[in-house]
Amino acid sequence: MSAQAPVAPASTEGATPAASPAEGGLFEPVIIGFTCNWCSYRAADLAGTARTKYPPNIRLIRLMCSGRLDPTFILKAFSEGADAVLVSGCHPGECHYIEQNYKALRRFQLLQRTIQALGIEPERLQLVWASAAEGVRLAGEIARVTEEVRALGPLNWPAARLVDVDGVDLDAAWEATGGDAAGPPEKAGGANPDHAHGNHAAVVEAVK
Amino acid sequence: MTERIGVYVCHCGSNIAGVVDVAEVARWAAENLRDRGVVIARDYKFMCSSAGQQLVTDDIKEYDLNRIVVAACSPHLHERTFRTATARGGLNPYLCELVSIREQDSWVHTNKAAATAKAKALLAGGVERVRRNEPMEPIKVDINPATLVVGGGIAGISATLEIADAGFKVYLVEKDPSIGGHMAQFDKTFPTLDCAACILTPRMVAAGTHPNVELLTWSEVEKVEGYVGNFTVTVRKKARYVNEDLCNGCGVCQEKCPWKVPDDVFEVGMGRRKAIYTPFDQAVPRIPVIDRPNCAYFKNGTCKACEKFCDANAIDFTQEDQILTLQVGNIIIATGYDLFDARRIPQYGYGRLPNVFTSLEFERLCSAAGPTNGNIVLRDGKTAPKTIGIVHCVGSRDKNYNAYCSAICCMQSLKFAHLVMERTGAEVTNFYIDIRTPGKGYEEFYERVLEEGGHFVRGKVADITDAARLPGEEGKLIVQVEDTLTGKQRRIPLDMVVLSAGLQPRQNAKDAAKLFGISCSFDGWAIEKHPKLDPVATMTEGVFVAGCVSGPKDIPASVAQGAAAAARVLGMIQQKQMNLEPIKATVHAEHCSGCRICNTMCPYNAISFIEAEGVSSVNAAMCQGCGTCVAACPAGAISGSGFSDEQVLAQIEGLLRLGADGEPLRRTAYPATHHEAIEEAVRA
Repeated sequence: MSAQAPVAPASTEGATPAASPAEGGLFEPVIIGFTCNWCSYRAADLAGTARTKYPPNIRLIRLMCSGRLDPTFILKAFSEGADAVLVSGCHPGECHYIEQNYKALRRFQLLQRTIQALGIEPERLQLVWASAAEGVRLAGEIARVTEEVRALGPLNWPAARLVDVDGVDLDAAWEATGGDAAGPPEKAGGANPDHAHGNHAAVVEAVK
Repeated sequence: MTERIGVYVCHCGSNIAGVVDVAEVARWAAENLRDRGVVIARDYKFMCSSAGQQLVTDDIKEYDLNRIVVAACSPHLHERTFRTATARGGLNPYLCELVSIREQDSWVHTNKAAATAKAKALLAGGVERVRRNEPMEPIKVDINPATLVVGGGIAGISATLEIADAGFKVYLVEKDPSIGGHMAQFDKTFPTLDCAACILTPRMVAAGTHPNVELLTWSEVEKVEGYVGNFTVTVRKKARYVNEDLCNGCGVCQEKCPWKVPDDVFEVGMGRRKAIYTPFDQAVPRIPVIDRPNCAYFKNGTCKACEKFCDANAIDFTQEDQILTLQVGNIIIATGYDLFDARRIPQYGYGRLPNVFTSLEFERLCSAAGPTNGNIVLRDGKTAPKTIGIVHCVGSRDKNYNAYCSAICCMQSLKFAHLVMERTGAEVTNFYIDIRTPGKGYEEFYERVLEEGGHFVRGKVADITDAARLPGEEGKLIVQVEDTLTGKQRRIPLDMVVLSAGLQPRQNAKDAAKLFGISCSFDGWAIEKHPKLDPVATMTEGVFVAGCVSGPKDIPASVAQGAAAAARVLGMIQQKQMNLEPIKATVHAEHCSGCRICNTMCPYNAISFIEAEGVSSVNAAMCQGCGTCVAACPAGAISGSGFSDEQVLAQIEGLLRLGADGEPLRRTAYPATHHEAIEEAVRA
């Protein structure tokens, strides 16, 4: 997809991407939340109906069940720029599809290991069970996760943090380096290039 | 097809517009999402109003739109509204997507700039998603007009009679030899003090003799296959050793049987019955059952007294369990509750101190048809108690046992208090935490018991003991309690104590839930489709619940639920066909390797392996659309309509278009050419 008004890629070296300098410089993470249609999405609805406040950093996606959560979705969210992913479903034993949330739990645990291997802190992938009655609880958990991710700072992919959404400029820069395996040095941000590419290949593999 | 998308941002009065700059969101969408197919973006005061819906319908024609995104309230509220409006405009309704910027944005955030930025991001997610939406058609299935009712208590009987009276076939399956359930064990019902048997037995007889009802007592459901409208149910009809066609219910066999055994079920251990028995005199059907483990013939090979005296030649010692296969369109589960086992609270002495009774035992004591012919006496069977204590909330409202309120125990205890004072003149003391009387005539009944002179001590009983310490306590049960109204510890000597035990889910509730494909809470109560708005439906289409299976209820509520479930079933039958939401999984045979991973993943057994073709296949009518198989398929051969990979991945891209500050998010996406270059470099 394309975006408008691309941010200058190379000039922000060292600055925190996606920060919100307009409001006092506090880092404002973007978090993708996966909810199930029956419990956690309804909990979010209930939080709304009860006017329970929580930070605006989370953006929820509704699935029918947490069991629908394809690990690809989580990796996609990270690769698209999310600083964290929150997975939420019915409490164990209360799944509306009998026991599919257990499958989500298994995938979550495996993914936690996978993302660590990719160099992502485990705190960036969190699991919260919330019943349809737990609007306040879900709001509280979202606030907690937001603060934890804020403390972690932005998700800095090695060599990747300077890549703009369109990548047009980067491509040009890439060509300019002659496709050296070490990557465009002025864009690597000091990260170990091998490491960067290892991660990259793994992500490519995983997302596929 | 080129996407031509209409975007509508709702003010919801000031509900959304008070926090989110809706005009700015619409402007942004029109300007920045044009290359994503947005042709028109509007904001409007109330999108759900008829004028708002008309906007959508008109724009579809005027601008030749083929996708609609409405940013308003939760899809759970108005998804159907806008899908219908979309359909009126001539588009497939599933090409409309709702984005929640009220419940998930304006109502939960206060920072206007951040909320507006979030609304834009959510909208972008909706736009990306709707681009991948596919037209869908509801799935039509035929409804078999026969219904299975599981459980012959008052809820099940009510449901059965409603459906049968409407002219449709009902199979009523009951695990005990007779229908009637717990209500048949009660003496009187609160608050009207109707005799339970007098109001219940006519309905039992009506169910038992109804031409549209096939009564299957002493039977249990073993297997449920199929889906709404077309269930195949396997029922085990246990051997009665009595031929039902020949038996006329004269009862001679029970008279002549020389073997008496304690009746642990109907009389809760208080009385005895014969080895061939009906649970109680008004049983429906009146056909007895031989208790095989206690029958002398089955144990020793001799006796056959029943056979000798049966004029109808109905006794058949060679009978075996029968396996029946029923075809039904809908199922109502009304399997009721178990009484909390008071032995789990050892300090209350039940099972150790003879004169501590449970509420169900006390019902039998009070019943004129009970083991004492309705005389309220101590465990010795003759001494009339002069002082009786009734302990409320036994096993309920207690985090050590069940945290919930069992709903019926207050009124039941008040009923006991009234019956004791009316029949014996004994002094009654109620030990309560709170008195809860939220029903028609319930509070009035409480007033009445107060006026009749019942004592009430507010406090949770700590201990019930027979260890006398003070004068006047010898030979008595001493209730140790803190009276929280006076702030004093009290020791109250009593002759008899009744424990008002709570209700809990059936011991096998979780297995039963699995059998029928419904879900239950951690406690084991069945979960309704919606606790308020759809209290008798479950998440499984065609499976309904009634009575205590979904939580403690009194008789009026159980009857109402039975009738409500029947009304839902009749509605289904009347439609003859029904539309199922097309949110389903589909296996693409050309990609399926036949690994069968998905086969075991499915909680509804909707995926079967076709041996001949070597691929798996989803039965669309059985599939409930959870999508677990879609996520699990290693080959990506299963797609989930309505929540496809393409839709979700596109939504993720859209949601992450903007950062928290509303500026385009700089992200880690590598352009495709970049991937290739890296991979090539790695290979080299």
